[in-house]
Amino acid sequence: MVVATPVPTAETTAPRTPAVRRGRRRRRRLETRDIIVLSVVVGLTVIIDLALIWGTSIASIFLSFTAYEGIGTPRYVGTTNYHNLFTIDPTFWPAFEHNVLWLAFLGLVATPLGLLMAVLLDRQLRFSRFYQSSLYLPVTLSFAVVGFLVQLVGSADQGVINAILGRTHGNGIDFIGNPHLNIWLALAFAGWRHTGYVMIIYLAGLKSVDPALKEAAIVDGASPVQTFFRVVFPTMRPINVIILVITVIEALRAFDLVYVINGGRNGLELLAVMVVDNIIGEASRIGYGSAVAVILLILTTGFVITYLTQILRREESR
Amino acid sequence: MTQSLLTPSQLSRRSLLRGAALGAGVVTVPGLLAACSGGGGSSGGSGGAKQQNITFGSNYSDPTPMKALQAVVDGYTKKSGNTVKVNTVAHNDYQTNITRYLQANPDDVAAWFAGYRMQFFAQKGYLEDISDVWSGLNGFTDALKAASTGADGKQYFVPIYNYTWALFYRKSTFQQKGYQPPKNWDDYIALAKKIKADGGVPIGFSDQDGWPAMGTFDYINMRKNGYQFHVDLMAGKQSWEDQKVKDVFGLWASLFDQGLYQPGANGRTWEQAGTSFAKKEVAMVVFGTPHVALQTPQADHADIGITPFPIIDEANGTDSVEAPIDGFMLPKKAKNKEGGKDLLKYIGTPDAENAYLKVDNSNIAVNSNADTSGYEQLQKDSAALAASAKHISQYLDRDTRPDFAQTVVIKAFQSFIDKHSKSDIDALCKSMQDQAKAIFSQPVS
Repeated sequence: MVVATPVPTAETTAPRTPAVRRGRRRRRRLETRDIIVLSVVVGLTVIIDLALIWGTSIASIFLSFTAYEGIGTPRYVGTTNYHNLFTIDPTFWPAFEHNVLWLAFLGLVATPLGLLMAVLLDRQLRFSRFYQSSLYLPVTLSFAVVGFLVQLVGSADQGVINAILGRTHGNGIDFIGNPHLNIWLALAFAGWRHTGYVMIIYLAGLKSVDPALKEAAIVDGASPVQTFFRVVFPTMRPINVIILVITVIEALRAFDLVYVINGGRNGLELLAVMVVDNIIGEASRIGYGSAVAVILLILTTGFVITYLTQILRREESR
Repeated sequence: MTQSLLTPSQLSRRSLLRGAALGAGVVTVPGLLAACSGGGGSSGGSGGAKQQNITFGSNYSDPTPMKALQAVVDGYTKKSGNTVKVNTVAHNDYQTNITRYLQANPDDVAAWFAGYRMQFFAQKGYLEDISDVWSGLNGFTDALKAASTGADGKQYFVPIYNYTWALFYRKSTFQQKGYQPPKNWDDYIALAKKIKADGGVPIGFSDQDGWPAMGTFDYINMRKNGYQFHVDLMAGKQSWEDQKVKDVFGLWASLFDQGLYQPGANGRTWEQAGTSFAKKEVAMVVFGTPHVALQTPQADHADIGITPFPIIDEANGTDSVEAPIDGFMLPKKAKNKEGGKDLLKYIGTPDAENAYLKVDNSNIAVNSNADTSGYEQLQKDSAALAASAKHISQYLDRDTRPDFAQTVVIKAFQSFIDKHSKSDIDALCKSMQDQAKAIFSQPVS
C-alpha cells in the first residue's frame, strides 16, 4: 500500500507544480533547525528501514546458506539447504503450489467478487449500510478466530456442514482431514475475508470517481457495463494497484488460517508455515527455514516489482 | 507430547511472552539477593536459611494436570517456606517454543520430557547438570535414572510420573458381545473384523495433531522388529528404506485396507478420538492412559480395559512397553539455580508424586516409595503393564531428534494415512530416509 501511493500523486500533481516548487525553493532556504529536524526524521526512518527491512532480509539470505540452531556460530553449508528443499523435502512443492493456488483464488475469485459487491453497494441500495457491515465483518476477525470457525464448520464428527447434511454418525465428509478438500475450505474462508477487504477499498475508490465522467459516458451512449469498464475502472487505477499489491502479499504470506486449522500440514502446506515450523518450532533449523523465507521473498518482490515497473513505465510513456 | 491446536496461537504466544517477562521480573530480585548473600556450598536442602523466590515454567495447561501441579507446588511452599510462581503456557505452544524459551529467558525449573528429547537440549548446552540433586534422591530405578541422564553421563532431569501406551477397550462392551482382548496380531485383525461385521467401528484413530499415530507405528515396529531396532532407527543408525520398516508400514496399511480404522483420522484431534471411545462409538483405541482417561467420565474409568499391544513376532512378545516419562529440568540460563535445585529435589520425593497423582489419577508414580494405595483399577493395570516390560520406550517424538520428528515424521505419517498402497509406502520410505540423512548428518551441538 505504501509503495503504491506515490503513483497517483505524481500523476495528478506533476503537470501543475514544477514551476511553483522551483520558485519557492529558490526563495526560501532551510534553516539549521529544519535541517536537524529533517535529518532526525528522515535519518530515523532510514535507520529503522535499514535495520528492520534490509537488515533482516540480508540476514535471511546469509543464514540460508548455513546450518544454524540459534546459538553458536552458523556453519556455512553452501547451497545444501536449497538443494534439499528442491529435491528431498516432500513439503516444498505442495507448499509452493498451494501458495500459487491461493494467489490465483484471491486474485481471480475473491478480488473480482469484492469489486462486484462494491459496485452493487455503490448504487445506493436499500439497507446498503447493513450489507456493507456484514460483508466487512469478517475482516475484523483475526485469522486465528476464522481458523477456529473452520473447525466448527468443517469437522467430520461435530461440524456444522455435516450436521446440516445429516451425516454425523461416522459417515461425515472429512473437510479438515481430507487433503484434497481442506484446501478449498480454507480458501473459501480466506476469500470470505478478502472479499470484504477489497470491497471496502473499492467502495471508497468508487466514491471518489467524478460523477461527471459517468454522466458524460452515458450522454455519449455508453451502456452501464461499458461505462464501468471503459471509464470508471480505468480512473480507479491507483486503487487497482493497491488492491493488486494487497492481494499478492495476502496470498503469499498466508499462514495463520491454516496453522490454526491443522498446523499447516496434510494438504494445507504453505511456504510461510514451513518458515515458521523450521525456525520457530522445536526443530530450530534456522538456516533451512531461512532458505524457504528467501524463496518467499523472491516470489513476493518478484510479483510486486514486475507490476510496479510496468505501471511506472506506462506512466512515463504517456 | 503435543496436544490440541484449538487454542488461538496468538493468544498463547502473548501469554508466553508475558510469562517470560513476569518470570524475568520476579527472578531478578532474588537472583541479586542470592548473589549478595554468597552462600557457601549449596546445601539444597529444604528449610534453608533464607527465603527463595522460584519461577516454574509449566505446560500443564489442561485443567486436571494444572491443578495437580499446583498441589505439588503447594506442598513445596508449605515445606520450604519459599515462594514459587508458576507460569503456565498452553501445551502445544510451550513445546513449539521450547528452543527459544531455553535460550532466552527461562524459568528456574521447566517442565519437559525424559529421554532423547531432553538429551538433545542437554547436548546443546541449554540445561544445567543436576547430578548433585540426583545424589540425594531415592526410590528411582536405574532405567529411570538412565532416562534422566544426558549423553555425557550427567543427570539433567527429575521425573514425576509416567504413563503407559496400550490397547484400550470397554469391558462392558466386550463382555456383552463376547469379545476377548486380542493376544496377537491375527486375533487383533479377527476381532476387528468381527466388530465391523457386528456393525461397530473397530479401532478409533486420530492424527490431526500429528503425534497420536506415532504410538501405533512404535508398537508395530517394536513388536515386529524388536526394541533395539526401534532405538537404532530413531537414532538414525537404521535406514527407513529397510525392508523391516516397509513391513511395519505394510502391516499398518492392512488395518486401513480392511476398513478397520475409524475413517478420517487426519481431520480428528486426539480429544475427539478420546471422546468417541468414551461414548463407545469405537470399540478399541491405541492411546496413552491419560488420553483415554481424561476424555472419559470418572464413573466410567472402571469400565476401561487395558491390554498390551498384540504380539506380532513371538521372539519379541510384548517385552517392550511405551511409557513416556514427564518431569522437570533446570535451564542453564535460570536466574535462581539454587532455588531451582531445591524445588527439583522436592519433586524427586514420594511426597511430590503423591500430591500430583492424588489430583491427576490418569498417570502412575515413578518413585518406588510413592503411595500407590489410592490407585484406581486403571492405574493399577497401567502400572502392572509398565512393570512387566523388559524395555521401556519413550515415544517416537521423544526418542529421536526433534528436528526429525517435528518436520519429517508428522507429515510422513499423515501422508501415509492418506495414501498407503505398496508403491506409496516405497516412495514414503525413500523420502523419509533422504530427509533423515540430511538431518542426521548435521551434528547436534
